Amino acid sequence: MSGIPHDHYEPKTGFEKWLHSRLPIVGLVYDTIMIPTPKNLNWMWIWGIVLAFCLVLQIVTGIVLAMHYTPHVDLAFASVEHIMRDVNGGHMLRYLHANGASLFFIAVYIHIFRGLYYGSYKAPREVTWIIGMLIYLAMMATAFMGYVLPWGQMSFWGATVITGLFGAIPFIGESIQHWLLGGPAVDNATLNRFFSLHYLLPFVIAALVAIHIWAFHTTGNGNPTGVEVRRGSKEEAEKDTLPFWPYFVIKDLFALAVVLLVFFAIVGFMPNYLGEPDNYIEANPLATPAHIVPEWYFLPFYAILRAFTADVWVVQLANWVSFGIIDAKFFGVIAMFGAIAVMALVPWLDTSSMRSGRFRPMFKWWFALLVIDFLVLMWGGSRPTTGIYPIISLIGAAYWFGYFLVILPLLGVFEKPDTPPATIEDDFNAHYGHH
Amino acid sequence: MFKKLAITAVAALTLSVGGAIANEETHTEDVDFSFEGPFGTYDQNQLQRGLQVYTEVCASCHGMKFVPIRTLGDEGGPNLPADQVRAYAKQFEIYDAEKDEMVPRKPSDHFPEGTYDGAPDLSLMAKARKGYEGPYGTGMNQLFRGIGGPEHIVSILTGFTGEEKEEAGKTFYENHAFSTGWISMPPPLSGEDVEFADGSSNDMRHEAEDVTAFLMWAAEPKMMDRKKAGFIAVILLTMLSVLLYATNKRLWAPVKQRAKDETSGES
Repeated sequence: MSGIPHDHYEPKTGFEKWLHSRLPIVGLVYDTIMIPTPKNLNWMWIWGIVLAFCLVLQIVTGIVLAMHYTPHVDLAFASVEHIMRDVNGGHMLRYLHANGASLFFIAVYIHIFRGLYYGSYKAPREVTWIIGMLIYLAMMATAFMGYVLPWGQMSFWGATVITGLFGAIPFIGESIQHWLLGGPAVDNATLNRFFSLHYLLPFVIAALVAIHIWAFHTTGNGNPTGVEVRRGSKEEAEKDTLPFWPYFVIKDLFALAVVLLVFFAIVGFMPNYLGEPDNYIEANPLATPAHIVPEWYFLPFYAILRAFTADVWVVQLANWVSFGIIDAKFFGVIAMFGAIAVMALVPWLDTSSMRSGRFRPMFKWWFALLVIDFLVLMWGGSRPTTGIYPIISLIGAAYWFGYFLVILPLLGVFEKPDTPPATIEDDFNAHYGHH
Repeated sequence: MFKKLAITAVAALTLSVGGAIANEETHTEDVDFSFEGPFGTYDQNQLQRGLQVYTEVCASCHGMKFVPIRTLGDEGGPNLPADQVRAYAKQFEIYDAEKDEMVPRKPSDHFPEGTYDGAPDLSLMAKARKGYEGPYGTGMNQLFRGIGGPEHIVSILTGFTGEEKEEAGKTFYENHAFSTGWISMPPPLSGEDVEFADGSSNDMRHEAEDVTAFLMWAAEPKMMDRKKAGFIAVILLTMLSVLLYATNKRLWAPVKQRAKDETSGES
């Protein structure tokens, strides 16, 4: 499966040979587990395992929660309280599931930014990147619909606002919105389909994860230097790599244990810290909360959505050019989805021949600014739409698009990269050898 | 160096923006509750006193429809004896569809719903409000003070100024802890509203804190179990982390030694 030469599974006993000629499943598992992995991977390469753990955690806790949950507008909120009060261990299951979503997103954001810094998206790994972006989109859809299920105030009003985005599409928006909701407003039909899809999508994600892994097992892992594993012979490849088992399995498990240590401390001691208190009030279609804020992991893109108000010149220009079809609301929706789209297209926007940010002296600074920009946008999305906040969000949004659409294409032309080590072995020896 | 620069940049940005924005947080006084922090537990006596305040004062308008009465007997809660729980349940009635009449409640029934439309249900009130969200809306101070729901309730209960106003036929009472400054709930506590059997102080402040502790328990009845599970998880994961660290170190030692050997000739 891998392009890196390595030992393959050899069936030895009679039974192994019998099975292997009918279903080479043992060989598949062997090749996957023993995949040659660059030996210089640093600690930013552990988040994939954390993400795999999150998916399993969410599916396992979710399946049990679904046994006790009732997707009906009159019963949903009470059934969640039933889980919290009456079901054995139900409070832990629910807090694990709710905070598990946060862990999932922390891990995926670090994983994505790792990819952006080390150029993991560059040829020949564009397909891995695109599949990853699809996983991220599916995660957002799953998390959004899951948040609606407890049927609290923020569930209801968040669902109203987010599905309202589709209503902003010219001409057909209202029809799409009604089709999504199963009626003119968020109601029982909405809750039912969200429950159904919230149960379905994690399995779609699991399938996409398998393809994601298949893709990077085909190209081989990236690594902090961006230098490819030597593939001339098995002996050469073995100087640059170590088998995934046991070297990286143990390393990743150690990192996972430390991450889970923090995670369980949050679940045990402050499980509501990342949640919005308003969601402990049962949904009431007649009472709008003072501030409707999404969960923290949506805030950067929520900030971009709200940044493009009617007084921004690009919005006015778009409005004029389109004869009024594109209004501020629709522009915001385009900007929000566009912010994710430019990230997905980064393999073709980054023109630099140097893969890893480690050897790109100018890129480093722009990238650091992008990380800060992401955090500022996250903060901006949680703030009201008055005063200085919309301007901060607008500047943040401008930098986000500027980074992907202007800075990355130009840097490839103007930047003079440093010289990377000749081989992964050299990098590893430089780090651990005698100096 | 990279990390340090990033932190400095964030800090500088936060400070400069901070200067431009007034802190809009309503003042919530910090109360030192027994249940706060990783080691915090509910004070059983305080919960029982709080139950008394709830029953004699709050319950005349408010309800707690999500809380089963039987949980009053739970360990880690008010921990009332079984006969007291039964007696407590009996004072409220519930409609029995089979008999088509009102019958006394059993411990397996829930607390009654509120009797007054405008009075919100209190089952989850202590988790449904926040007292802190600063600095500048980041919520960082909740890491040290907690979310502040209980503190908000105490602030409301003790925050009346005595001023009233009529608007559209309704009376509003001035209260600086409430978001709009005027609340439709008349001051529920004035001090000495209840007599505590254990002789504890029944001034307004203590009554407010006791009933708030009770409401926190009502909102989060499994808190003690949860913290215990948290400790077990943290201890086990610490041990696992240490073992995996040692395993990892030993596993990689020959690989790193080889790197040393191969480079020993150079430089």
